[in-house]
Amino acid sequence: MPPSDPPTVFPAPSPRRIGAMVLRYWYLLRGSWPRILELAYWPTMQMILWGYINQFMAANSAWVAQGAGVLIAAVLLWDVLFRGQLGVSVSFLEEMWSRNLGHLFVSPLRPGEWLTALMTMSLIRTLIGIVPAALLAIPFFGYSVFDLGLPLALFFANLIAMGWWLGLLVIALILRYGMGAEGLAWIVVFLLAPVSAVYYPVTVLPEWLQWVAFLLPSSHVFEGMRGVLFDGAVRWGELAWAVALNGLYMAAGVATFLFAFRQARVRGALLQTGE
Amino acid sequence: MTEDAIKAVRLTKRFGAVTAVDAIDFAVPRGSVTGLLGGNGAGKTTTISMLLGLLLPTEGSIRVLGVDMARNRHAVLPRMNFSSPYVELPHRLTVKENLVVYAHLYGVAGVRRRVEELAEELDLTAFLDRPAGSLSAGQKTRVALAKALLNRPQVLLLDEPTASLDPDTADRLRSYLEAYRRASGATVLLASHNMPEVERLCDRVLMMRRGHIVDRGTPAELLEKYGRDSMEDVFLDIARDRREGLANAAE
Repeated sequence: MPPSDPPTVFPAPSPRRIGAMVLRYWYLLRGSWPRILELAYWPTMQMILWGYINQFMAANSAWVAQGAGVLIAAVLLWDVLFRGQLGVSVSFLEEMWSRNLGHLFVSPLRPGEWLTALMTMSLIRTLIGIVPAALLAIPFFGYSVFDLGLPLALFFANLIAMGWWLGLLVIALILRYGMGAEGLAWIVVFLLAPVSAVYYPVTVLPEWLQWVAFLLPSSHVFEGMRGVLFDGAVRWGELAWAVALNGLYMAAGVATFLFAFRQARVRGALLQTGE
Repeated sequence: MTEDAIKAVRLTKRFGAVTAVDAIDFAVPRGSVTGLLGGNGAGKTTTISMLLGLLLPTEGSIRVLGVDMARNRHAVLPRMNFSSPYVELPHRLTVKENLVVYAHLYGVAGVRRRVEELAEELDLTAFLDRPAGSLSAGQKTRVALAKALLNRPQVLLLDEPTASLDPDTADRLRSYLEAYRRASGATVLLASHNMPEVERLCDRVLMMRRGHIVDRGTPAELLEKYGRDSMEDVFLDIARDRREGLANAAE
């Protein structure tokens, strides 16, 4: 007769284990200067490209002229979403590429701790990518995205949170369908770009697509950004929608990830992953 | 305190229509080295994966150090560890970085000291700062064993720990494992295809074939039962369904 078990306990997450995983990804990043350079390369190139478009349009479009740096702010914030999602997905893919999941999940590491580490690393990678581009926009185009003030922090937080739950959905799909779904990590955000209304108001979209846009936190953030730039006013309603939708989708993303993780344990996918 | 470090009851794993492990019962006494033997596809890796919690059983239960793995797996994981040539460590991290990360994951006290200690004992010092992906197969196996011993586990699951090692290194590693077991009193479950290794290290053996445990006992008992001089022949009798050995066993 086996001894009776104590009730199942769910101890608090361990900061040490979370730190260990952040350290693991940091070791990887710092070991390769091309990787660090690449993080900042694309946001900077995008900023320069859109900076010149912004400069040209400001002279030729009354709409752009009204909102100084609207296209530069848009491209930088769009990259927060893209880098945020990629930061989660790529760190996960590193484990798949190195066939390390088997070791990780026989250790005391819990899925929630791992997710926290992935999100922390996503934040670090996003900052490394975006901050140099944002700083370079000042001497290049005389525009500082930091002039958005406090709302910038709220826009950033909402976009990176959206990147995280998108990243979790990508991970869940890879856990379910294997490395055949790897490409999703690089393309999934772009599926949402047209309806996120990054460079134009939501009203440009056909009415039915405006409803789709309404369901995305990103469209509310970009509407909010234009509110600050064009009217000098913070549209709190837009921000509230972004926060509420992100809360809902984050809960769904975590639940989907945990379900996919459990199913991977049912199928033995944690041992068989890899190229 | 229970006598058995590992106890599996009617442990079953089905993948669709395929039954990889079919209602097996076994216990691994504390402090013993138990060999889990069988040909390819016998169900050894599936069994070990279930013991570790990487794979969820379809039916049955597992207790490790008295803890129900289905309910409180995380209570016992810090006291277990595992090594397999089929699960790798991150290639681009150096050996030292890998060991440091895992030491933190297992909550090891005095990380640097423990890493240096294992590097010395397992002869890793010369390549501690090299990327894990650049090592030879034998070096990788030693690093994987170092990772498996970081937390001084009370239960150690080893899947072919000396695969890809030359005879000299394999012998040193077996000696190290024997010494570790003597010093720590750890329980070891060892899956291996190397029969001399099994005879040398294992107190007991579980023989698997097609998802079932078809025989068990000490190596000496099995040699006598099958009327053979080596575990290699016992293994072949079971794996190939050889009549002569099985007839001896039946008698």
